[in-house]
Amino acid sequence: MSFLEYAPAPESTAILNLKAQYGLFIDGEFVDGSGEVFDTISPATEEVIARIAQADASDVDRAVAAARRSYEKVWSRMSGSDRGKYLFRIARLVQERARELAVAESLDNGKPIRETRDVDVPLVAAWFFYYAGWADKLEYAGLGPKPRSLGVAAQVIPWNFPLLMLAWKIAPALAAGNTVVIKPAETTSLTAMLFAEILQQADLPPGVVNIVTGPGATGQALVTHADVNKVAFTGSTDVGRTIARQVAGTSKKLTLELGGKAANIVFDDAAIDQAVEGVVNGIFFNQGHVCCAGSRLLVQENVHDEVVDRLKQRLSTLRLGDPLDKNTDIGAINSAAQLERIRTLSDTGENEGAERWQLDCTVPDKGFWFRPTIFTRVSAAHSIAREEIFGPVLSVLTFRTPEEAVAKANNTPYGLSAGIWTEKASRMLALADRLRAGVIWANTFNKFDPASPFGGYKESGYGREGGRQGLTAYLESSGWQAPIESSAASSRSGRKARKAVAK
Amino acid sequence: MTIEHPVALAPADRAVRLLGSDLTEKALRLHLEGLSGVDAVGLEARAAGLSTRSIKASSKAWALDTIIRTCDLTTLEGADTPGKVRSLVAKAVTPDATDPSTPRVAAVCVYGDMVPYAVEALGALHGDPELGLVSIAAVATAFPSGRASLAIKLADTREAVAAGADEIDMVIDRGAFLSGRFGLVFDQIVAVKEACRRADGSFAQLKVILETGELATYDNVRRASWLAILAGADFIKTSTGKVSPAATLPVTLLMLEVIRDWHRLTGERVGMKPAGGIRASKDAVRYLVTVAETVGEEWLTPHLWRFGASSLVNDVLLQRQKLRTGHYSGPDYVTVD
Repeated sequence: MSFLEYAPAPESTAILNLKAQYGLFIDGEFVDGSGEVFDTISPATEEVIARIAQADASDVDRAVAAARRSYEKVWSRMSGSDRGKYLFRIARLVQERARELAVAESLDNGKPIRETRDVDVPLVAAWFFYYAGWADKLEYAGLGPKPRSLGVAAQVIPWNFPLLMLAWKIAPALAAGNTVVIKPAETTSLTAMLFAEILQQADLPPGVVNIVTGPGATGQALVTHADVNKVAFTGSTDVGRTIARQVAGTSKKLTLELGGKAANIVFDDAAIDQAVEGVVNGIFFNQGHVCCAGSRLLVQENVHDEVVDRLKQRLSTLRLGDPLDKNTDIGAINSAAQLERIRTLSDTGENEGAERWQLDCTVPDKGFWFRPTIFTRVSAAHSIAREEIFGPVLSVLTFRTPEEAVAKANNTPYGLSAGIWTEKASRMLALADRLRAGVIWANTFNKFDPASPFGGYKESGYGREGGRQGLTAYLESSGWQAPIESSAASSRSGRKARKAVAK
Repeated sequence: MTIEHPVALAPADRAVRLLGSDLTEKALRLHLEGLSGVDAVGLEARAAGLSTRSIKASSKAWALDTIIRTCDLTTLEGADTPGKVRSLVAKAVTPDATDPSTPRVAAVCVYGDMVPYAVEALGALHGDPELGLVSIAAVATAFPSGRASLAIKLADTREAVAAGADEIDMVIDRGAFLSGRFGLVFDQIVAVKEACRRADGSFAQLKVILETGELATYDNVRRASWLAILAGADFIKTSTGKVSPAATLPVTLLMLEVIRDWHRLTGERVGMKPAGGIRASKDAVRYLVTVAETVGEEWLTPHLWRFGASSLVNDVLLQRQKLRTGHYSGPDYVTVD
């Protein structure tokens, strides 16, 4: 036996205590939905994990009413420091149940346990910790003194990072004093249900967070509901566009985090081994189901062959298979529909003249799988260089000068993220100024931090999540202006305030 | 700027092939300074990523045996005596008397003046570790500082080889390297390699210690690795064990990347030896994973891979006993050497 065929090291599912069926989470309780119950399956085995209730318009109505009641009577009246205590409690409970959440996420989504354990779940806790700290400091959010919460937030999240996207949405909303109705993606509701249990454990007042499960229609009923004040959506640009139309003409505030087709730009002076590593992480992290994935590799022409060679060599050590095995690098594609889309777009790439290379590895009989793929000889006119594939497929293009790199990187309707690889800091900074993307990574990729705002340009959406900017998406200025003090007076009051804190 | 007169270097075979037959210090410098940089954050992240591999069951059993089979059991103390060396040799030959299936270590590693005692103690078991025998490695060239004249370094080397050392672990002149005198470092390695020649024309294997803890930056480690390989190193080795930090996983990964690149370029296989600071089986397994996923598992043989360690073997033996019996014993169930 070869050493590299590491013996199986599966994470046990014994830690899970799943119910056979999950209801909607409304007003602090699990309740039945009015729609037809549906299965959630493991994309790695196609086995049913649990049954999930489906919310129709009447259920959404109940959820929004609960959120409204809770907003008026409890949450908007609570002090910021008390809201913060609940958020800290949620963060700690997420850490306590981290292993369980990681296993459930891998099972339901198909992503490797290594990622849920080391990335998704730690970031979920980090997001709640970060926004818990903001809850009593809203006057520093940049909207002037006494900014106001918006009311009820309707949130619709995608299937690629189910629990993390839930945290990105719920944590700032709650810190700012809003209540929430959230709809997880149809194929990945499981961890949201475990999160509902955590909310019960945390004793969060009923109705502050409500979770409605179901297909796109449930989400549509939610975002078009007359009594929501804020809509936040992460998902495809097509759906985002529909939501923007539906919300137009209402007083609802809207943030959209949509697709991307990020350029990862590798210069000939880059630290080549680390750049290759970053390119791999940029596109094959989470099976490429990442809106900010570095799906277009722009490599300087004089090092193209060398970089592609090294990429292939590095890819040959990736391990595709059971998401619950601790050594798995590439898990399952989330759904049959997504797999079909990846296949179709890849075939189009080949038909248009690009050269396909795929990792030579065995693929399990059951479940949805796609081998890591690199397309070379891709030109900017090919559809695989323009359309978001949302899978483990990298398109390699070349450039000759920094100007050409910028032009090609910006030549996309999207603008979510970009990466720059060079050892020359002046070039790095000059280039970052000219790239039209919301997030620019230099000599790294796919790094997330709750303190850093995230969001897109152009068809990648608008609004920012994370950081102070992410908080302001859930606040509005009260319009109240502090009386202008003389500098002497303000420094005196500042001293007084510090003294009060010291007591 | 003045035009330097070209300083000719010793015509080491590999360097001549790569840099041309009129080998000069300038050509060497241009090559080393033209190497791609190393991003420290990225390198350390990759090493941390490799550390998350979970090696269980049959893979773990194989890994534990491989650690022993590729270990240079080491004693390098001022207080070393013939008795201490005999005891070390006994441990090398029979690491675990309670389990005859335990493999022997690859080599014992001692100071040059201790080589005759090791030869005597090993007797018929002295030989190629690929054949289940035990080699003798001697540190030489004014180990660990390397601060001596070339004549002394060469004499040190020749004496150890003549006494029966199969492998010479030399140190580079870090002072010369850090002050940019790459040619001097290069020529010394070439000269020591020549001093490894035995009377019958065969060579003792040369391991070149970079002392990465003193080179300080990853860029320097990459350059020094290339320099040592070009000068003819059979193995490149991280550390003497006398300077902290000694071997680390990121440094080992980086040196393995150079070995991989040399192999891509020429098809030649250069060996790697991390030394110092590796005490736990768990850490050692991470090194094996790093080798397998960077240069390939064909490197996991005593001819291409060694651990330089003194206390690692006992921890591996405890883990082996645990795999065999299902429960942990304690330090009194493995022998001190």
